[in-house]
Amino acid sequence: METKQVPLLETKNLEIGYAQKSIAKAIDLNIPKGKLIATIGINGSGKSTLLKTLIGQLQPKNGTIFLENNNIQELSAKQIAEKISIVLTHTHFSKNLSIQEFVALGRHPYTNWLGVLSVKDKQAITEALELIDLQDKAERKCSNLSDGQLQKVMLARALAQDTPLIVLDEPTTHLDMYHKVFVLKMLKDLTQKTGKTIVFASHEINLALQLCDEIILINQEKVIQNTPQELIKDKHLERLFPENLIRFDAQSSTFKIVE
Amino acid sequence: MVFGIFLLLAAFFVNINLGSVSIPFKEVLNALLQQPTAKESWQVIILEYRLPKAFTAMLVGSGLALSGLLMQTLFRNPLAGPYVLGLSSGASLGVALVIMGSAFFGGIFSTLLLSKYALIVASSIGSFLVLLAILATSYRIKDTMALLIIGLMFASLTSAVVSVLSYFSPSEKLQQYIFWGFGSLGDLAWQEVGLLSLFWFGGLLLSVFSLKNMNALLLGEQYAKSLGTNIKQNRLLVILATSLLAGSITAFAGPIAFIGLAVPHLIRQIIPNSNHLILAPAVIIGGAILMLICDSIAQLPGSEFTLPINAITSIIGAPVVIWLLVRKKKLVF
Repeated sequence: METKQVPLLETKNLEIGYAQKSIAKAIDLNIPKGKLIATIGINGSGKSTLLKTLIGQLQPKNGTIFLENNNIQELSAKQIAEKISIVLTHTHFSKNLSIQEFVALGRHPYTNWLGVLSVKDKQAITEALELIDLQDKAERKCSNLSDGQLQKVMLARALAQDTPLIVLDEPTTHLDMYHKVFVLKMLKDLTQKTGKTIVFASHEINLALQLCDEIILINQEKVIQNTPQELIKDKHLERLFPENLIRFDAQSSTFKIVE
Repeated sequence: MVFGIFLLLAAFFVNINLGSVSIPFKEVLNALLQQPTAKESWQVIILEYRLPKAFTAMLVGSGLALSGLLMQTLFRNPLAGPYVLGLSSGASLGVALVIMGSAFFGGIFSTLLLSKYALIVASSIGSFLVLLAILATSYRIKDTMALLIIGLMFASLTSAVVSVLSYFSPSEKLQQYIFWGFGSLGDLAWQEVGLLSLFWFGGLLLSVFSLKNMNALLLGEQYAKSLGTNIKQNRLLVILATSLLAGSITAFAGPIAFIGLAVPHLIRQIIPNSNHLILAPAVIIGGAILMLICDSIAQLPGSEFTLPINAITSIIGAPVVIWLLVRKKKLVF
């Protein structure tokens, strides 16, 4: 049954990188519906580059990306906006926006030429606010929010955009351990509640191994996609870091400091 | 909104009631309604001088305030204004070339060069050339911030050329150039007001089409892109709209300072909303009101003197922005 389903996003022989530099080659990913998928790799391994290429903001050097069987290069920005929403780490947006206004901007691809919200748009905004439990704070300005709350607001905006795929760039940076787990748990719940697929980049490998359905591992110009169990079995994680400081303990599925 | 329009009408009537010649309110109304006035000269003053001046003030104030708002969002910078792209410096260079350059020609040619229309044409050409340069570069660069710096570079380049020209110019030419820099709302006849409003409408129309995308830009360019916004196309639209507005205003009324920067901030204090569909009409009305008030003050009612409008806008604008900074501790865009 799984095999017959049209994948949400698929790459064939994809090569990513910038003009002079190739970061990874021969990437064949298959991202199905309703899954929580982490993208992990060491600093500078190309997590952001991969995600930027997948959402169509960066040209692939080679190969093709299929979004629901359509070549992403042939889709317009608006067509992509109806399928993929993003959550970024940086917060260079206008802090004068209220939470309500911020989330409402997620409806941008669906509104008319003046951007007036329809009844359906308002409904989607309310639903998104309720899913993230922000409905009581909707009137607050973004300038008064903590990093954790901002992360929730940005996620609510992506939900209001109502796309089958949400891509997050390091949603757990700047957060304490409790909030890291809180955010990742929330992402997991969302995939189950809404049937959306959530792909995120993260350095929280220990947490990702426990929570995610699948993992995209980037290591030394190779990209592997598999379930956490298979990755552990095939000893891919052991090779991720130099062994002088930390090593992977297969029994507890965590990284430990070498003594 | 209704309150704003009411305030605008009030400011409008106060403005045309005040001037160097004091005219009773009843007679002003008579003149407006084409009724005979006690003195015939009053009718001429109201209809041919104060009325076009009030309209010019409204066009100038609203146009500059709107371009200020668009620039602040486009560059995501609270200090951006209608002139950040160097439009006013381009206009200054054009005017400086005509005024100070005319000294080198002499004869009939110089009187021809110094007519009022020559200055308007010169400043239009000046700002248009700067605009072309900006558009050419904006087409090549990806980063909107770099555009801001390029605009500043153009400004300093043109002001340097103006300095060189000033250095070699006789003092009366220099004085004439400085007077142009003071800005003036009162020199326009009905015909010119009509022409200015034509440009104003053009700029306004282009702005309306950018409003939806300006809202998306509040999130930053990457988010805006992910929402389906065509960043380059929108940037082009905004630059064109601002150039039409600020360029034509500078051509007809001189480089008017501060309105474009201060009004959007004032409005954001009054209206706690970031939606450009609401902010844009608000800054248009707010800009018009503030300009009418500034002009009423500049007239020094009852006296024969008229202060330079540019000085008044800055004298009012600077303390306002300082007060906002001290009170709020930060300016948001």
